Amino acid sequence: MLRRRPPDWLTLLMPTIIVIAIIVLIPLIFSFYSSFTPYKLTRPSTLWRWVGTANYERILSDLNFWAAFGRTILFLTIALNLELLFGLGIALMVNKVTWGQRTLRTVLMFPMMFSPILVGFQFKFIFNDNVGLVNNALQSLGITDVALPWLVDSKLALFSIAFAEIWMSTSIFAILILAGLFAMPRDPLEAAKVDGCTPWQSFRHITLPFLMPFIFIAMTIRSLDVARAYDIVQIMTGGGPARRTELVWTLMARTGYVDARMGIANAMGYVSILLSIFFTIYFFRKLSAARAELGL
Amino acid sequence: MAEVSLRNVTKNYGALEVVHGIDLDIAHDEFVVLVGPSGCGKSTTLRMIAGLEDISGGEVAIGGNRVNDLPPRERNISMVFQNYALYPHMTVRENLGFSLLIAKRSETEIAQAVDDAASILGLGELLDRRPAELSGGQRQRVAMGRAIVRHPDVFLFDEPLSNLDAKLRTQMRIEIKKLHQKVRTTIVYVTHDQVEAMTLADRIVIMKDGDIVQVGTPLEVFERPVDTFVASFIGSPPMNLLEGKVSGGFVWITPDVTLPLPTVFSGKVAEGQRVTFGFRADNLMPKGHALTESGATADLSLTITLAEPLGAETMLLSELAGVEIQGKMLNPRPVSEGEVLECQLSLDHCHLFDTATGKSLR
Ligand SMILES: Nc1ncnc2c1ncn2[C@@H]1O[C@H](COP(=O)(O)OP(=O)(O)OP(=O)(O)O)[C@@H](O)[C@H]1O
Ligand SMILES: [Mg+2]
Repeated sequence: MLRRRPPDWLTLLMPTIIVIAIIVLIPLIFSFYSSFTPYKLTRPSTLWRWVGTANYERILSDLNFWAAFGRTILFLTIALNLELLFGLGIALMVNKVTWGQRTLRTVLMFPMMFSPILVGFQFKFIFNDNVGLVNNALQSLGITDVALPWLVDSKLALFSIAFAEIWMSTSIFAILILAGLFAMPRDPLEAAKVDGCTPWQSFRHITLPFLMPFIFIAMTIRSLDVARAYDIVQIMTGGGPARRTELVWTLMARTGYVDARMGIANAMGYVSILLSIFFTIYFFRKLSAARAELGL
Repeated sequence: MAEVSLRNVTKNYGALEVVHGIDLDIAHDEFVVLVGPSGCGKSTTLRMIAGLEDISGGEVAIGGNRVNDLPPRERNISMVFQNYALYPHMTVRENLGFSLLIAKRSETEIAQAVDDAASILGLGELLDRRPAELSGGQRQRVAMGRAIVRHPDVFLFDEPLSNLDAKLRTQMRIEIKKLHQKVRTTIVYVTHDQVEAMTLADRIVIMKDGDIVQVGTPLEVFERPVDTFVASFIGSPPMNLLEGKVSGGFVWITPDVTLPLPTVFSGKVAEGQRVTFGFRADNLMPKGHALTESGATADLSLTITLAEPLGAETMLLSELAGVEIQGKMLNPRPVSEGEVLECQLSLDHCHLFDTATGKSLR
């Protein structure tokens, strides 16, 4: 009698399936399940108590969560738009440079090479109200004589964190847009010149539409990145003081690990994933539309 | 009125000079073709007229005004590029109307101009497509349409037909000629295809290594080439050229091959001068298959190495004094390889060049 063997393709896929199951699937199912329990890390037995959607109901009526959620969106909007603006400016300038461009391109990548934790520490020092560079400079220039609470005041603190984030990641936009500029055909630009365009009009009508796909790719990558911003915030302000700079992920980490309430933290995770999914779909739509425009 | 004039125009790329002080006057409504081998500076010259390339020295004037320092948009020119350079993200309609949109014309005016251009070039069906959805010939027409909507003073064409297949090229060549008759605008047209140059031009400008070698009507440059370069560049097949020495009313090619010195050149050459004897295939024909012409002829008996029947005529390849030469047979009959044909060379149409300088001795 013939022993039934699994088909070849299944045998070949098996290692991948096992690895993916261990790394992704099991944690996913486990965390999803635990978001329906009052699971506390300190009391493992709570994992077996089913409370239904109680966690979700609690989060959705929790003002702290919504504040963090809204702040994350605000943070994301500010950071992404400024990064786009600066990145575009840098890319356009670097594209004009004829001498030493390779070196400049390498230098551009430097901020990306640092660990976000170190960037956080660096800016925590720079914005420190007593010994920080910024306040020192402002005071010795006589612009102000009080120490500005860069990391304490809620508006200033969000600004400081955004500043660090932008410093670190503008080069992603710059590099991707620069790649777009390199790939751009020269002929349409010359045709535009002959057709009567000023440099600004050439940029607006010819260059920018061509760069849009590159911009949306950068937007997609960065929106996912910023939506889970944690390290820089944790180092610079720890989400405080008094929750003034709390973002979704710092709140989640605090709830899960400090307060040990893993069940509710997981529920927060699932709600905030919606945010990432929304941005991904949004920018992806935009990307497809921009590519279709170019006839790609 | 838009005449274009170039005065001692030079172009340098760093230390390298690629255009060496050219002078050229183009009349209003004239169709001038710049022709020459690859790398001779045709595109560079055209781009200097367009303003896409800085002028290193000399002066370019359009309609009497010096334009050296004006950007392209202030020169009122339009240009058709070799790879069409359409705007990929715009429809054909938007491509055509773009320059007018930039010029802030009213919407109705733009629509009118686009429709006019589309009907001249037969683009009506294609107005809502994007360039990626067009064939090469259609893109080419859009590129021309984009040039004509503005009614510029000068049209500049840089090898607009070189990406098309032979049949389409012939067809578009006729379209361009018709277009010129319709819109009557000064045209400067760059090509390296001498057939295009001959068929389109009012005047041909032949360039070589950054210099103008000859300027003239197609017939002038064909019948009176100033040197051996023009003689071999213009006309298809190229002129047959044989080097020899003047000796007592004859040109000695080799001890065995001598050709009579055409009478127009007697008195213009010195005894013993080294000369290049030139004649076109049309002037070397087998007896009985030639044009009946009065005038002096020389007889040659030639061993045919290859015969190419073209239908109405047959091209004959042979060898004379070790040089491959071409002749032509009218009212052809089949010719076999190795056959010996008695041919006649009509001397009145022959050319004589000084071998040392290459210049015509006429
Ligand atoms: N950016 C540049 N830098 C240096 N040299 C250049 C540059 N552009 C063109 N050249 C040189 O200038 C000369 C003329 O170039 P041009 O493009 O005008 O030739 P062309 O006559 O249009 O040839 P083709 O028929 O191949 O288009 C060439 O020898 C070319 O190598
Ligand atoms: Mg060229």
